[in-house]
Amino acid sequence: MTATERPPATAPAPAPAGEEKANAFVGLSRVMLLGFLRDKGTLFFTLALPLMFLLLFGVISKGGGTSHVKVAEVGQVKVLDDALAHAEGALDALEITKDLNEADALAKVKKGDLDGLVMEGPDGTLVLRFSQADQVKSSTVQGIVNSLVQGANQAASNAPAKYTLDSSKVEDDSTKPIQYLTPGLLAYAVAMGAVYGASFTLVTWRKKRVLRRLRLAPISAGTIVGARVLVSVLVALAQTGLFLIVAQADYFGLELTGNWWLVLPLVVCATLAFMSIGLVTGSLAKTEESANGMNQLIILPMSFLGGAFIPLDFAPSWLQDISRALPLRYLIVPAKSVLSQGGGLAEALPAMGILLGFTAVLSAVAWRFFNWDDA
Amino acid sequence: MSEAITADGIRKRYGDVQAVDGVSLSVATGEFYGLLGPNGAGKTTTLEILEGIREADEGRVELLGLSPWPRNPKLLPRIGVQFQASAFFNKLTARETIRTFASFYGIGPRAADAMLERVGLTESANVLTDKMSGGQAQRLSIACALVHDPELVFLDEPTTGLDPQARRNLWDLLRDINAEGRTVVLTTHYLDEAEVLCDRVSVMDHGKVLKTGAPAALVREIDDTVRVRIESGLLTVDRARELLTAAGAEHTNLEDDGVTLALSTAEPGPVLAVLAEQNALRGLEVRGATLEDVFLQLTGREYRA
Ligand SMILES: Nc1ncnc2c1ncn2[C@@H]1O[C@H](COP(=O)(O)OP(=O)(O)OP(=O)(O)O)[C@@H](O)[C@H]1O
Ligand SMILES: [Mg+2]
Repeated sequence: MTATERPPATAPAPAPAGEEKANAFVGLSRVMLLGFLRDKGTLFFTLALPLMFLLLFGVISKGGGTSHVKVAEVGQVKVLDDALAHAEGALDALEITKDLNEADALAKVKKGDLDGLVMEGPDGTLVLRFSQADQVKSSTVQGIVNSLVQGANQAASNAPAKYTLDSSKVEDDSTKPIQYLTPGLLAYAVAMGAVYGASFTLVTWRKKRVLRRLRLAPISAGTIVGARVLVSVLVALAQTGLFLIVAQADYFGLELTGNWWLVLPLVVCATLAFMSIGLVTGSLAKTEESANGMNQLIILPMSFLGGAFIPLDFAPSWLQDISRALPLRYLIVPAKSVLSQGGGLAEALPAMGILLGFTAVLSAVAWRFFNWDDA
Repeated sequence: MSEAITADGIRKRYGDVQAVDGVSLSVATGEFYGLLGPNGAGKTTTLEILEGIREADEGRVELLGLSPWPRNPKLLPRIGVQFQASAFFNKLTARETIRTFASFYGIGPRAADAMLERVGLTESANVLTDKMSGGQAQRLSIACALVHDPELVFLDEPTTGLDPQARRNLWDLLRDINAEGRTVVLTTHYLDEAEVLCDRVSVMDHGKVLKTGAPAALVREIDDTVRVRIESGLLTVDRARELLTAAGAEHTNLEDDGVTLALSTAEPGPVLAVLAEQNALRGLEVRGATLEDVFLQLTGREYRA
C-alpha cells in the first residue's frame, strides 16, 4: 500500500485528474478493513484469543485424554516386545516400564502411578492387571493389550483372523477433542469478529458523526452494508483458514473429510447472522462501552449454551433446546459434521437456511432501532 | 440572480428549547452568506435543517430548487458540508480520509491529494486523524467538504481553533472557492471574519434572525455611535454613569466586564473630557462602529470571541 502512495520521481507523467475514478464501495471496504487491521484490540479478540483457546484446549484435552498410558512389563512379554519391535509408531501411546517385580508393579498400579501391568501367565496366557481409577485409561490399556493379543493370534495362525480388533480404529470412531474443538472455537471466533465488527462500526461511526456525514454523501445504505458484509466475511474466512491450518497440524491431527469445504458457505451464512446481532446492539448502544457489554452478554452465554467450548452431545435435553434457539449451534453442529465426520449438503443446507432466517429477523429488528444520529 | 437557498418559516424544538423559531432566509447563487450569533443562537440547527440532515418541525426549505428533506440523492453531490465538530473515520490518516470521502463521489485519489495540498496539509498527509491538531483537523474537515467540487458549501464555524496565519490562509481559500462561482454559507463567532468575507450576514439569537444585510450596511445603520473603552478599575460603572450624566455626555451600553469599561456614544468629545478629568484614560480605545456593535445592539450582549 505504501508503495503506491509515493510514486518514484521518475514515474511517467500522471494522467489528468479528471480521468481517475474511484468507487464508494471499494473506499468503504478499505476503511473498514484498515479499521480492523489497525486496531490491536480487535485483532487480538478476533484472531489471537480464539487461536490461543484452540491451542490451550487442544493441549489440555490431549494431556488428559487417551494418549499416554503407563504400563509395567513384568519379566519378558514376548507379544509386547514383538509388537514394539514391528510397529513402533502404533504403540506410541504406551509408556513401558521394565525392571519391576510383580509386587512392586501391582502396588504402583493400585496407587495410580501406573495404569497397568502386563506379564506372561502360564499356558501362553497374557495377564493384564489394571486399575479402574481412570476409566478412560483403563479402557485404553485393555484396548491396546487386546489388540496385541488379536494381532499375535492372527500372526500365529498365519491366516486372516475372523474377527480383528484394531485399537486405533476404536479411537477414530469416537470423537477426538480436536474434532469438536475446531468448529466450536471457530464459531466463537467468527461470532466475536462479526458481532463486534458490525456493532462497533455503527457505534463508533455514529459517535464520531461519520454516519451523518455518510448520509450527506450520494451513497446508498446498501453500499455501506455491502462493504461491511464483505469485510466481515473476509475476516471470518481468514479465521477459518487459520483454524483449519492449526487444527490439521500433526500435533492436533484434525483429518478433513470430503465435503469439508462446505464449512466455507456455512461460515459466510453464520457471519451474516452474527453481523445482524451486532447491528442490533450497535443500534441500541450509544457508546462503545455499552455495546461491548451487550455483545459479551450475548456472545458468552451463546457460546457456552451453543456448544462452542463444551460439546453438547451429552448435555441434558433442555440445554439442547436452548441451543436450538441460538444461531451459533447452526454453525457448530454442521461444521463438525462436514469437517471431519463425512457430512455433506444434507447437514449444511438446512443449517444455512436457518442462519439466513436469523439474519433476516435480526436485521429487521436492527432497522427498527437504527439511528443515524446521537440526537 | 437565482436563489441557491430559500427557507421559509422554519422552526425546530428540542424538548423545552425552541432552537429555531421561524427563520426565513434566502441566499443567492454565488453569494457568500454568514450566520452570526452567540452560543446557542440556533445557527447549527438552522444549518442542519438547510443541509437536510434534520427535519424541521415547520417551514419549507429549497436548495438549488430541490427539497433537501427527505434525503435527496440527486442533491447530495452538489452540496458540500463541514460540521462544527469533525467527522472522521477512526484509524485513518489524513490522506486516506480525504481519499475515502472523494471515493463517495467517484473522485480519484489524485484530485483528493490536490485538495489536501490546497488546505496546506500535504506535510501531515500521513498523520492519523485522531493525532492531528485542532487546526489541522479543521482544515481536513473543510477539504473533505470541498473535495467533490460542490456548487453550494456549508461551513459551520470553519475557522474556530485555527491560528491567525492558518485563519488567513483559509479566508483566501474560501474567497477563492466563492470567486469560482460557488455559493458559500458559513456560521462564525468572528465578526471580523464575517466583515471580511461575507456579502451578507444574518444576526441570529434565540432561534430568530434579528437582522440581515451586507456587513457594511448594517454597520452604517449605527455608524453614528463610537465605542469607547478604558481599562477596568479606573472608574466603577455607577460612578462613571453619575459623572457622565452630570456632564450631560450622552451614552449607551455602559458596562464593565472586569477587563474593560466600555460604552457607546454618538458624541465622543464630552465623554472623553469627563474621562480625562478623572485621569481615567489608561488603555483608552476609541473605535467607530463595527459589526461587533451591530451584534451588541441586536443581541444586547457584548461580543466575546
Ligand atoms: N440535538 C439536540 N438536542 C437537544 N437540544 C439541542 C440539540 N442541538 C441543539 N440543541 C439546543 O438548541 C439550541 C440551539 O443550538 P445550536 O447548536 O443550533 O446553536 P449554535 O448557534 O450553533 O451554537 P454554537 O455557537 O454554540 O455552536 C441550544 O439551546 C442547544 O442547547
Ligand atoms: Mg453551532
